[in-house]
Amino acid sequence: MNPEVVRVDTDVLVVGGGMAGCGAAYEAKYWGKNLRVTLVEKAAIERSGAVAQGLSAINTYLGQRWGEKTPEDFVRYVRTDLMGIVREDLVYDVARHVDSSVHLFEEWGLPIWKTPEGKYVREGPWQIMINGESYKTIVAEAAKTAIGAENLYERVVVTHLLNDPSDPGRISGAIGFSVRDEKLYVFKAKAVIVTAGGATLLFRPRSVAEGLGRTWYAIFDTGSTFAMQAQAGAEMTQMENRFIPSRFKDGYGPVGAWFLLLKSVATNAYDENYMQTRAAELGKYEPYGSAKPTPTPLRNHQMMLDMMEGKGPIYMRTDEALARLSGGDKKRLRELESEAWEDFLDMTCSQALLWAAQNIDPQMMPSEITLAEPYIMGSHSGCAGMWVSGPEDVSPPEYFWGYNRMTTVKGLFTAGDGVGAAPHKFSSGSFTEGRLAAKAAVAYCADNPGNVQLDEDRVNGLQAQLFKPFEVFEKNKGASTVEEVNPKYILPKAGLTRLQKIMDDYAAGSGTWYRTSEPMLKRGLELIGLLKEDLTNSMAARNLHELLRGWELVHRVWTAEAHVRHMLYRTETRWPGYYYRTDYPNVDDANWRKFVNSRYYAESGQWEMSTKPYIQLVQ
Amino acid sequence: MPSFVNPEKCDGCKAKDKTACQYVCPNDLMTLNKETNKAYNQEPDLCWECFSCVKICPTQAIDVRGYSDFVPLGASITPLRGTDSIMWTVQFRDGRIKRFKFPTRTKPEGSVVPYVGMSEASESELRTQELSGEPKWLGIPELPRMKK
Repeated sequence: MNPEVVRVDTDVLVVGGGMAGCGAAYEAKYWGKNLRVTLVEKAAIERSGAVAQGLSAINTYLGQRWGEKTPEDFVRYVRTDLMGIVREDLVYDVARHVDSSVHLFEEWGLPIWKTPEGKYVREGPWQIMINGESYKTIVAEAAKTAIGAENLYERVVVTHLLNDPSDPGRISGAIGFSVRDEKLYVFKAKAVIVTAGGATLLFRPRSVAEGLGRTWYAIFDTGSTFAMQAQAGAEMTQMENRFIPSRFKDGYGPVGAWFLLLKSVATNAYDENYMQTRAAELGKYEPYGSAKPTPTPLRNHQMMLDMMEGKGPIYMRTDEALARLSGGDKKRLRELESEAWEDFLDMTCSQALLWAAQNIDPQMMPSEITLAEPYIMGSHSGCAGMWVSGPEDVSPPEYFWGYNRMTTVKGLFTAGDGVGAAPHKFSSGSFTEGRLAAKAAVAYCADNPGNVQLDEDRVNGLQAQLFKPFEVFEKNKGASTVEEVNPKYILPKAGLTRLQKIMDDYAAGSGTWYRTSEPMLKRGLELIGLLKEDLTNSMAARNLHELLRGWELVHRVWTAEAHVRHMLYRTETRWPGYYYRTDYPNVDDANWRKFVNSRYYAESGQWEMSTKPYIQLVQ
Repeated sequence: MPSFVNPEKCDGCKAKDKTACQYVCPNDLMTLNKETNKAYNQEPDLCWECFSCVKICPTQAIDVRGYSDFVPLGASITPLRGTDSIMWTVQFRDGRIKRFKFPTRTKPEGSVVPYVGMSEASESELRTQELSGEPKWLGIPELPRMKK
């Protein structure tokens, strides 16, 4: 294939137009009015990223104007939820700014539930309720209007970042291809902000066949954020962390509104509330066990113990919650019923369809919940991502190197799922963090006005590499009478299932109840190595769609490898309920209350592991 | 199968350069069969069932049949997305029907004004911690500083 090469010269390049990317584009154009701000997205931004389907709540809002919460309160909550290790400078920074983003969403037309006094309706201490079916559409409109439609490249997938040949520790652009036409895109940029989301489908999911698609987190999140930045030499942190959501079974509908707003409880099949019957179990994990609220991993841990003892199914007692809250008032019951359905229909339509298909009426009967397969991400109750600088006025010297949210590669910024050790951002915090990264990126551009260079040899090499799967297919298709079974190549779908089997079998997937050990992880790494070889040498694609899937798979494999290497390095069980190192089953604060970092060296192909200190900033 | 297309209703968006479903699908699934001029989901097992294609289809030709590995047959959920609200019809397997209507936006599409009420950015403010429009849009007198 001989694609047309499209060259785009810009100042600030935003890769990925989800919540963080839209925040970045919007903010970059404000501070960099005379700069060129470019946003590139593999889909259409009005329905892309984790909020594509909508949301029924905004999970991070402090209500500072009403004196509800302080950023310090937020740091204490988040630190405890992740069992004692977060970058408090980054968490604090999101918290102090996040309200302004939410107020802008409301200004742009997002319906937010209000109390009779005009305050936002609280779902929980940090969460507010919204009518969020069009949340992403509204936010995307703001980003697109701000930068101008001519600076938005949709249906272009970025596969690699480009380093400056005169200073390899500096970023100078990115490369990718159109998923619609035979075009290669080469972006040259002074600053690049990577906001391409977290990672799904690394593990064999609980559902199979068609159900592969029903990931809890957005299925279009393919680990690109982590893989591309690692390959460019940026340091990663906490990549051993993952998030295991407890959600309505199979449809993965949200439980937040049920637990927090509707005050529902979950019980096992014998009417026991595992949070009560397993209370003593928390004593093993002090000081985190006695914290209120109980950290998310430990709540998972309690539920898992019941399931492993065969006490499932675990049920959300929706019927009891609605009866109790309505108090027999039929009008109130109808309102609650509508709220319950909206909770699914605004963000997880599949769960509503599943209820209807199983004849489940939440006011009549309870509904099953379960623990999902692992997800690697930095924005929810998970904190994998890149190691970035914090804000100058908050961060100690160990956490500050010039520009907020800049990685260890000069000019390379990230936000949302991309920033590690800073969880609980959710949609509003991710948008806010995109804004923070963008303002710093504009300052970086002002300080570094000279032109960056592209390594043209590398661009040519990548062009050949990107489209090689087409050649592999054409060259070898004659070796078999069916395209799907051929000894000379591997198709992306086959590679995906192979990755999922490796990860589930060896890297603490749901199939082993999230348990692994040094020998298991080492064996997993060997098999990932063989998979990487096959993908490098023999990955085939038959059309642009399959080529997209191929490069998404490569990003997933790199993310998986980082995850395994990090789990291997952290010789403790920091987050029981997320994963267990059976050879090191305890939380080991004496040795491991610190960050695990890694860096990949492209020249040698080696990974270097290290630790960084946890510094407590908020008492 | 996740999303599927009713051939009686799909008109291929009248052979424009791209169909609405193809434009919007976040996972690059919806495709136009150029011979039949009908759209289809090219990779149903990677469909998130986000309903973006269902909502945008101008002829209401797209529906979702729940994932075959865990969703029993016979139910449907059907959205009708208007300019400021969305109406859902939920039909249970046993025939019961429920209808819900939820607001989606308080201002018309296309009305967003970026940086509304904000003064122009200055070079000196670029070095401060405040984001655009802060502290005004925070609703408090000043941006919090960490108490150390």
